[in-house]
Amino acid sequence: MKEHISKQDLHLFEENILTKYRKNDSPLMQVLQESQNLYGCVPIEVQEVIGKHFRISPAKINGVVSFYSMFTLEPNGKNTVGVCLGTACYVKGGERLLDRVSERLEINLGETTKDGMFTLAPTRCVGACSSAPVIMVNDNIHGKVTSDDIPNIIEQYNK
Amino acid sequence: MANLKQIKKETLEQNPSLLNPVYKMHEKEVRVVLRNCDVIDPEDINQYIARDGYFALEKALALPPVEVIELMKESGLRGRGGGGFPTGKKWEFAYNNVSDTKYIICNADEGDPGAFMDRSVLEQDPHSVIEGMIIAGYSIGAHTGYVYVRAEYPLAAKRLQLAIDNAVELGILGECVLDTDYSLNIEIRLGAGAFVCGEETALIASIEGERGMSRIKPPYPAAKGLFGKPTIINNVETLSNVPQIIFNGPKWFKSFGTKDSPGTKVFALAGKVKYNGLIEVPMGITLGEIIHDIGKGVGKKRQFKAVLTGGPSGGCLTEKHLNESVDFDNLVRLGSMMGSGGMIVLDDHDCMVDIAKFYLDFSVDESCGKCTPCREGTIQMFKLLEKISDGTGTVEDIEKLRDLSVSVKESSLCGLGMTAPNPVLSTLEHFYDEYLEHVNDKRCKSSSCKGLINEYFITDKCTGCTICARRCPVQCISGSLKEQHTIDPSICIRCGECFASCNFDAIITK
Repeated sequence: MKEHISKQDLHLFEENILTKYRKNDSPLMQVLQESQNLYGCVPIEVQEVIGKHFRISPAKINGVVSFYSMFTLEPNGKNTVGVCLGTACYVKGGERLLDRVSERLEINLGETTKDGMFTLAPTRCVGACSSAPVIMVNDNIHGKVTSDDIPNIIEQYNK
Repeated sequence: MANLKQIKKETLEQNPSLLNPVYKMHEKEVRVVLRNCDVIDPEDINQYIARDGYFALEKALALPPVEVIELMKESGLRGRGGGGFPTGKKWEFAYNNVSDTKYIICNADEGDPGAFMDRSVLEQDPHSVIEGMIIAGYSIGAHTGYVYVRAEYPLAAKRLQLAIDNAVELGILGECVLDTDYSLNIEIRLGAGAFVCGEETALIASIEGERGMSRIKPPYPAAKGLFGKPTIINNVETLSNVPQIIFNGPKWFKSFGTKDSPGTKVFALAGKVKYNGLIEVPMGITLGEIIHDIGKGVGKKRQFKAVLTGGPSGGCLTEKHLNESVDFDNLVRLGSMMGSGGMIVLDDHDCMVDIAKFYLDFSVDESCGKCTPCREGTIQMFKLLEKISDGTGTVEDIEKLRDLSVSVKESSLCGLGMTAPNPVLSTLEHFYDEYLEHVNDKRCKSSSCKGLINEYFITDKCTGCTICARRCPVQCISGSLKEQHTIDPSICIRCGECFASCNFDAIITK
């Protein structure tokens, strides 16, 4: 699933994106976010380019990448499904929904389906507690979900 | 420069509905922070101005910073992020620390699971937060501001950026704010999914491009904060209160709430109550008024059991606390805390051991790993709770859990670890019997702990509505329409889907 980022792409990344942050006091978080948005991940080769550009040791960059749950080393699937496990969703059966979604997609939490369509991402509170329980697919929130709704929700994105 | 009065007049002529009284969910509500939510178009700065927006800024800029700080101190506003530290005092510390560079940071890293006050304010009234930030920045002498927004709130970040851009266009932000010689630039920084970054020293580390790990205080950020410079960090709701206090005066603000906790508080009411949503009430209101009057209770079929406040750092309050006043100091006295304002209501289908385990799981996940008590202690506490909930626990385990909770609380480095044991301690205090039932009788009354359930069973209360049969993921429930159904225990995977779906309490566990 993971595509290799070519030398040329890496060069463009440095040229077009990293240079924007030259004057910034602390650019690391922002450039990591740029990579995550662009490639869907922050692979080692990108970390190396960032390190060279800003003179930050690769060990430190890797430490930051591994600390935050939003940064990944491998790209996520085309759609990211998150079954909210915030407190409000939890008491309204969020964990059961997660089990049903996991069965339906035949993957565990944190995994990506073989066809690369879905990643089941760990999700803590998306701030839509009044619609609990909630399933978030990409940036869309589906509220008051019951297990009956799951096939429909998944199918909507399966294209 | 923008002529605020002119903009206000023109916008009101075009949108007379902006003059309508503030919408209220319930008569007991008082909307100060939420006054513009659902009223103005958050992407139109003119509508904010039409509702007296940025007039407080104009007023503040005409005063020397010390007087603005004095007004804040007089108002008695306390930090709405959970700790309740007096905002005016915080500003005064930062003001007194002489430095060429100072920073103002808005903490919009609302991580408490089950709370969404800040998200609503950021999405629906972003200018109120920006105005609060400018006033705060002016008071302490900061010329750079950051809003640290959690990455899970993309719309909030988008609207905030738009609000910043529009304010700059009108000369309200940037160089020479409203034609004075004060300048402030505000930038948005996105989080990357770490709860601990809501702790101020961890938040600073994150903006600096480090792992979001907290450090020992003092020095407090007001002395040594971002890049080692004096910094004040205020939460979204706190900042949103600021313009209102400056505009209407501290006396007006103190007319709401209690003596030591003046003003209002926004709560995110969720869980097993009929009305789920945001409410803003004066401090000092009783818990019962919030849950039963405004929230309309848990419904006839279920029984109110407890309410969780303060999220993973707080505790639970029960039936006997319904007449207690909701304010900073009283909630701490009762063994919980205000927190950022999440209120999750539980009914008799929720198990307190399971809830404590849920919060601990969260704290284990989110501990930054720097100090041992929090990193290792929370995991051991979680393991003990797991034993208790899967039926292998003993009374000694409960005592071990209590001892460990106290140690973690006393010896952790930052707020996350110091408060992580609270849900355990609080449930132990109020629901000790339930813990005992789990270890002695191997029974979970509310049918939540899977390890203690041997069998699901359908009683004669069943009306044959078929909903459980349809929900069952392994099709082990059979029966015809309008006739009592049965569960085949040899196929049943004990997922609890049927139990949760039954509207007639016909399914019981053994």
